Amino acid sequence: MSDALIVLKNIAKRYTRGKQDVRIFDHLDMTIPKQDFVAIMGPSGSGKTTLLNLLGGIDKPTEGEIDFDGKRIDNLSESRLAAFRAASIGFVFQFYNLMPMLTAAQNVELPLLLTKIGPKARRERVMTALAIVNIADRARHKPSELSGGQQQRVAIARAIVSDPKMLLCDEPTGDLDRESAVEILTMLQTLNRELGKTVIMVTHDPEAARFAKRTLHLDKGRFIEKDLSA
Amino acid sequence: MTYLQLIQKNLLRRKLRTALTMTAIFVAFVIFGVLSTLQAALNAGADTAGADRLIVTNKINFTLPMPIAYVTRTRSVDGVKTVAHASWFGGYYQETKNFLVALAVDPEPYLDIYPEYIVPPAQRQAFLGDRGSLLVGRAVADKFGFKVGDRIPVRSSIWRQRNGADSWDFTIAGIITPSEKRVDTNFVIFHYDYFKETRSFGGDTVGWMIVKTTSPKVNERVMRTIDGLFANSPFETESKTEAAFNKAFAEQLGDIGFIVTAVVGSAFVTILLIVGNTMMLTVRERTGEIAVLKTIGFTAERIFGLVLAESMLLSIAGGGLGVLAAWMLTVAIGESLGGFIGPLAFTLPTFVASLVLMTLLGVLTGALPAWRAMRIDVITALGRK
Repeated sequence: MSDALIVLKNIAKRYTRGKQDVRIFDHLDMTIPKQDFVAIMGPSGSGKTTLLNLLGGIDKPTEGEIDFDGKRIDNLSESRLAAFRAASIGFVFQFYNLMPMLTAAQNVELPLLLTKIGPKARRERVMTALAIVNIADRARHKPSELSGGQQQRVAIARAIVSDPKMLLCDEPTGDLDRESAVEILTMLQTLNRELGKTVIMVTHDPEAARFAKRTLHLDKGRFIEKDLSA
Repeated sequence: MTYLQLIQKNLLRRKLRTALTMTAIFVAFVIFGVLSTLQAALNAGADTAGADRLIVTNKINFTLPMPIAYVTRTRSVDGVKTVAHASWFGGYYQETKNFLVALAVDPEPYLDIYPEYIVPPAQRQAFLGDRGSLLVGRAVADKFGFKVGDRIPVRSSIWRQRNGADSWDFTIAGIITPSEKRVDTNFVIFHYDYFKETRSFGGDTVGWMIVKTTSPKVNERVMRTIDGLFANSPFETESKTEAAFNKAFAEQLGDIGFIVTAVVGSAFVTILLIVGNTMMLTVRERTGEIAVLKTIGFTAERIFGLVLAESMLLSIAGGGLGVLAAWMLTVAIGESLGGFIGPLAFTLPTFVASLVLMTLLGVLTGALPAWRAMRIDVITALGRK
């Protein structure tokens, strides 16, 4: 069985903006092994977010093929892609994107509503996820009652509660102070090392990228790999 | 957490807006419930009318009398089975607010013509045998606590006795129960002979005739014959089927059907716009959140269902409270009117119609926002952040 979790083969991505044809990627190949922690850096407009969208199955390539854990996902229907995202991907956003009217526990429980897990087991899984990110004591608090760092922890708990294989993090520390950012990055590192989650993180911050195992630099739709430990 | 709780939380996140929208729906269903009940009560007479019964009144106005001799002449018309007559007494019990539908009738043919009025044989015999007795409808008996054997005064706002008194004393000989629930029993009847002998004016006249024909098929012919019989006399008549008469009587208050349709229609179109606009606004405000839900795996169909369910819940909650309030209001109105317009009860058809309207309102106001929510593009929506 292959060690590759996600494989991009000869990917092209083009948009039409007005009468203009915008080319994001052309002949892009990429392989991310299981349990990898990759930081993706690059200037604005380099295609980082588009790449994350393709990896997460919320966008489809114009050409090429995307395989996830040995199964092709770029040709799935919208509803199958939704099911794929629910089961296999955890998303962490820059601005947390928690539901303001729900408590931390209810926010974390949201992805589990899509499963057949019963209420009691759901509650247990929610509390486990909150405990992993050290925020179980704030389970009944609403997002407005939590700090930015705490909200991002809840968002990470929501991302891992379904036990996905891969976490996609879009600037997860972009809205946090340095101390909270380090906490979040350490947490992502722990999830990668101890729970075996594959983590792909888009960031502008070189300090944040140091927490990853490797960094891919994206520029004009192509990327250059650098070993930060070197 | 369940989907229902998620929908509730979404509804309650802007409490004032939800409360105002629910109030609008509530008011619409109160209007619908009360007007529909009123319409049903006014049409109840037409609904329970006998197909083979005709009402013959004075052609000028049904409040004007006609000679009692018309009864005998009408009995001789081919196709007529039975003829009874009745006269309006304008009664009340003790105080004017205790309005009584009191009729002076010729007892035997009257009870024969209305088989839906059930009177135990012994009570019927007692009534027929005592000219000073009274038969009381079940609704009246329940309202005032009347029992068989009670002696009660019935006062009139129209008639006077020859000695100047406005009160007639009667012994209650029996209670009339309805053959089915929708039959109105909010009335009392007594002997016309006794009334005629004691009243100070009115002479040998009656209010109207009730004619039972041999078959509904002969109704038209019998009506033409009766009206022809009394044409060019000082008391020309106008015959109608009982259903048509009851409907015309109800429409004296106005075309209730049109009023109900117009008022309820206007209210619902307004509510449709208000709730629809609110739901559109709600979805627009939650574009980012809906995009997040789609990102974490909620399908477009599930999002559609959530938004539609939210609008349904709003409609059912507001509508349900409105129906409850309408039911309480109709009870209160019914009591205050003292049965003047028949049994004012929230009927099953009105309840079912309310449910259908709630569902329609929920679907119509939720479908477009739900469709828009379903089509929210995750990339565009999250790109706004």
